[in-house]
Amino acid sequence: MSGTTGTTGTTVAPPPAVKTRAPSRSRLTDPAVGVWLAAAGVTALGWIVVAARGGDFLTLSNVVGILQNCVALGLVAVGQTAVILTGSLDLSVAYLISLGTLVAATTMEDGSVVTAVLAVLALSAAVGLANGLIVTGLKVNAFIATLGTAFILRGWIEDNYTGPAGKVPASFQHLGYDRMGPIPVSLFLLAAVAAAMWLITRRTRFGHHLYATGGDEHAARLSGVRTRRTIIAAHVLCSLCVGAAALFLASRLGAGAPWAGTEARYDLESIAAVVLGGTVLAGGRGGVAGTLGGVLVLAVLDSVFNQLGVDPFFKNVVRGIVIIAAVAIYARRGSRRSA
Amino acid sequence: MSSQTAEKAQASTAAPYKRVVRSLGTGAPVYALLVILLVALASTDPGFYEPDRFLAFVKRAAPLVILAAGQYLVIVCGEFDLSVGAIVTAGVVAAAEVYGSFPDAPWPLITAGLLLAGAATGLVSGLITTRLKVPSFITTLGMMLILEGAVFFWTGGSPHGQLAEGFRQMGRGTAMGWLPWAVLACLVAGLVAVLLMRSDFGRTLIATGDSERAAALAGVRVHRARVIAFVLSGAAAALAAVLVGGFSGVSAQAGRGYEFEAITAVVLGGVVLGGGRGSVVAAMAGAFSLQALFTLLNLQGVSGALESTVQGVIVIAAVGLGAADWSRLRRRRIHSSGGRPS
Repeated sequence: MSGTTGTTGTTVAPPPAVKTRAPSRSRLTDPAVGVWLAAAGVTALGWIVVAARGGDFLTLSNVVGILQNCVALGLVAVGQTAVILTGSLDLSVAYLISLGTLVAATTMEDGSVVTAVLAVLALSAAVGLANGLIVTGLKVNAFIATLGTAFILRGWIEDNYTGPAGKVPASFQHLGYDRMGPIPVSLFLLAAVAAAMWLITRRTRFGHHLYATGGDEHAARLSGVRTRRTIIAAHVLCSLCVGAAALFLASRLGAGAPWAGTEARYDLESIAAVVLGGTVLAGGRGGVAGTLGGVLVLAVLDSVFNQLGVDPFFKNVVRGIVIIAAVAIYARRGSRRSA
Repeated sequence: MSSQTAEKAQASTAAPYKRVVRSLGTGAPVYALLVILLVALASTDPGFYEPDRFLAFVKRAAPLVILAAGQYLVIVCGEFDLSVGAIVTAGVVAAAEVYGSFPDAPWPLITAGLLLAGAATGLVSGLITTRLKVPSFITTLGMMLILEGAVFFWTGGSPHGQLAEGFRQMGRGTAMGWLPWAVLACLVAGLVAVLLMRSDFGRTLIATGDSERAAALAGVRVHRARVIAFVLSGAAAALAAVLVGGFSGVSAQAGRGYEFEAITAVVLGGVVLGGGRGSVVAAMAGAFSLQALFTLLNLQGVSGALESTVQGVIVIAAVGLGAADWSRLRRRRIHSSGGRPS
């Protein structure tokens, strides 16, 4: 039917017909929309609670602080989204961040910033390539493959570095601390990376291959998608995002630190943020927009608790409950739609 | 007639070998790995097989073996349990806090309480996973955050209190003067796991992991089987906590990393993530292999730092070897032997 309208109509009728169908299905039931609503809801709730205690939540400095706190986790989670969309997983990100900060800082100490950035990105690409090859070539489950890589990186870090190492020059610290007007520069980095990833996943052939591979790898391969290449490329993309996060953290810390990635548990936190954003762990559904919403929810929650002076350990308890509850809500919606 | 008898005779000579191979199943690589590691241990340290030293080795492996047995039950029905490490930590800390307030509490009571609490945690994870349809990766990850947060919140970062000597006997003491209780606990847990997997429940668990839909259509109460697996995994983690608390004392880091080690051990044993395949004995052999690997690296004087690198490489290699498609190789061998599988 749509084909005939396409041939008879003089305008570009079919593409809009295809395009309008997807958004019409994804109003409020779409997790990507839901998580942004949730972020708004949490912000409003936090504002009320903090105001009731006599504080002021929505000050410029506080909002900027929340956004700044999104950057590192956001970069990792955006990368993680690409991998999870293919039905894979990356547990090596935490140690890759640590190693990335160390490599960045030590290279910057006696070399130029440009070489350091290139070195970190090259290292990241190599680790991503290794992950992808182990998953697709050796057919090791992604969970174990990337866990194995994490162990290897951890050994490398512990063998070569005993504590913080290297020094980041002042010129590079602009990335972590400067602002354009009220907006931190680092936020532009996150925005750029997220926009690039959004374009890649939604507007390129490779992006469609990501979804197809995650949705049903066998069917995708039968219909001509080179699923192995797709998975490998997704791992490389993810690791590059992680490299960007490592560069940001190095500029923020002023040095490389072996605990930079593991302290904040970027491996599990990033997966939690991705899933909170409505991306299905099994792959094939979700996207970057939802992930950013998930990161924002976690950051706002964090800020509210800080303002209220809640015990930092208690935050983890609430965080766990929020993650489980959010995913439970998606799951209920999903099952209702299929029923 | 004569050809039949000849065939029968041939079958009977081939049978034991075949039966051995078949019973090893997907676990064959891990048994090979374990044998290699144990031989390597013997050659680097001739005293390793003296009874008390070997028992000490088994004692150290016991918590991981028990965790692996519990994790196997969850993995074989198609789920994950990432909360076991946090359960170990929470168990150790909770026991210490309780002893802090009631120094004279009898150890059987505390142990039973811990086991119940572990089972209850598993029950919650299982119910959330099956009833609310949250992927178990997320459920148990959330549970891990909750438990770790709760432990630190409760103790303010550093647990106080000391475990009573009676309670610690389980982890460090010996029965009849030579057999460590931990080894006994490990044997009992292993035996229970094997019997469980041979029972109807074990079969339904594997069927559930293999194809949830087919199992449900065949009358398996899929949800119930999964919840029971989580409960048993939680209880196993609590038992591991008793042992860990016994021989290494109270720390807020007691169980850190155990969840990944247990999953690694299970996968090393040839159990497929996603469920439906693999044996519990192989999973426990995987745990022994990991412990043997750590011991060997220690004996070789490999620095603690490089230890994890070697661990990573070996795990990837072992799982990669297990997952490799040998069918082409096997087919070639069949052709060369005149069409008869050797």
